[in-house]
Amino acid sequence: MTEAGTLPLTVATVEVVEEPTFDDFMESEIKRILKRYPDHGAALLPVLWLCQERWGWISAGIMRAVGQRLDLSPAFVEGVASFYTMYLLRPPGKYLLQVCTTLSCQLCGTSGIVDHLKEKLGIDFGETTKDGRFTLVDVQCLGACGEAPVVQINNDYYTNLTEKCLDEILDGLGE
Amino acid sequence: MTMEPILLRARGVKNSRTLGSYLKRGGYKALAKAIAMDPEEVIDEVKASGVRGRGGAGFPAGVKWSFVPKDLAKPTYMICNADESEPGTFKDRELILVDPHMVLEGIAIASYAIDAHTAYIYIRGEFVRETEILVKAISEARRKRYLGSDILGSGYELEIHIHRGAGAYICGEETALIESIEGKRGLPRLKPPFPAVVGVFGCPTVVNNVETLACVPHIIERGGAWFAAIGTERSTGTKLFCVSGHVERPGVYEAPMGTTFREIIEEFCGGVRGGRELKAFIPGGSSAPILPADRIDTPADFESVAEAGSMLGSGGVIVMDDTVDMVWALENLLTFYAHESCGQCTPCREGSDWALDVVRRIRRGQGRTKDIETLQRIARFASQGMTICPLGDAFCLPITSFLEHFGGEFEEAIAGAEQSVSTHLPVLPVRSDQALFEAEEVGR
Repeated sequence: MTEAGTLPLTVATVEVVEEPTFDDFMESEIKRILKRYPDHGAALLPVLWLCQERWGWISAGIMRAVGQRLDLSPAFVEGVASFYTMYLLRPPGKYLLQVCTTLSCQLCGTSGIVDHLKEKLGIDFGETTKDGRFTLVDVQCLGACGEAPVVQINNDYYTNLTEKCLDEILDGLGE
Repeated sequence: MTMEPILLRARGVKNSRTLGSYLKRGGYKALAKAIAMDPEEVIDEVKASGVRGRGGAGFPAGVKWSFVPKDLAKPTYMICNADESEPGTFKDRELILVDPHMVLEGIAIASYAIDAHTAYIYIRGEFVRETEILVKAISEARRKRYLGSDILGSGYELEIHIHRGAGAYICGEETALIESIEGKRGLPRLKPPFPAVVGVFGCPTVVNNVETLACVPHIIERGGAWFAAIGTERSTGTKLFCVSGHVERPGVYEAPMGTTFREIIEEFCGGVRGGRELKAFIPGGSSAPILPADRIDTPADFESVAEAGSMLGSGGVIVMDDTVDMVWALENLLTFYAHESCGQCTPCREGSDWALDVVRRIRRGQGRTKDIETLQRIARFASQGMTICPLGDAFCLPITSFLEHFGGEFEEAIAGAEQSVSTHLPVLPVRSDQALFEAEEVGR
């Protein structure tokens, strides 16, 4: 673990839990997060991240549990979680494909990438393949415009994409 | 113009991210020098350098620091803004990838100058690998006493924490960023009070962009006068230009302020891709007004770009060749702003969606003669102080500048639509122009 106290950034497996509880590891992480701020409410974003790392998404049950732990109302937690687009309020597929569709990427041929992905996966933006492997979403600028077109797959950026190299990348992803 | 890179000097150096590599190029010497100085002297040096905010607003950094009240019983906070979400901007990411310790040293010096013992780096959530790099760098620096308690044996204490954003453009605005650190929705605050007086957790806070802070170690090490001698009189130092779109070699380039866009586009980037004609460029990130090709000789400094009718902004240069349909390009930008408006102020929330509806309608061949007037009215209604933060202006400036320079394309698209009377297309929802007019009257 690092001294600076951010999270182990790993790909989570998606779990649906009715009554989430924080295990010892998570509890110790939450305590470390709380130490970074003079106000416990400030821990909300990092704790939501922690939960998303653990369960793969943010369910209503998770929002309740987080609210209880940080002494915030479930409505407040939901208000915050729904404001930020990266908190997944629905369970995603194993690989979350985020295609940047803002201007610089579009100038460099993102629409071809988008058409190709939709056809290859048989899904539209916002949908998950039947086997649960891929979720496709369009996102706003990823801040890597010099290497357009860009697709973020889970935690990694894939840049300067063509349809062919995207195929290779997708084929190379594990089951 | 060629010169030794300052901010990007470590580009191409092996293992440039490590502390060892940073120390080899003289890293953390500026921090040692700063800590031996009086905080006031550090602020004066940065003021003398004339360095202006690289995030887009261009406010002098030293002056910003001097606004922090002295002798308050409250703690002060330093925040490094690494939210980098302005479309066309990707320089802060480059700095973190190439030279993270330089950013940390800048944060440490700035924190010392304003007497902060806690600093936060607010980094956009998508930058996962960049976050890992910063975490590692902070941990290395702490171990060697460049951060943490008793920095370099001086007794000065500073902890730098990373706070990850989670996907919200608006959090690049400093008061929205502060709300986000406090664990809330990123809704900008009314100013005044300014963050220097009432910032995060109700305490004095300075928010600076990554690139601004990266300049600080160099300013302290080599002097404010040295920095002020680079660039132009009022836009000092070098600037990172992020060039994207239709150029041969897109990327991040460092050049003195005042370098012309012709040099940036033609020399650094090898010109427009495929030898095509330049049609237009956006000089400072997507919120800056678009400029037609004939303004390419504009020097890239705050004053000259303003004179040419746009903004230097973040230095994100988006280049478009002669194949680009301007109605399409504006629709793309408005899609971004309609998505990213936080929803707090009515003119911005409604106006961005409304303008998008109108432009989308024009592009689908359903435009009407009055649409251009409607767009201009929306742009008047949502900008220049009608909203809490500048996002209102950020979507209105593209509208007015696209219409100013490429209005003919919009008129043509509308004229084509009226001739064909396309009844087979579903008609998109159209809001009443009368309602807009009334709203405008009330707003004034």
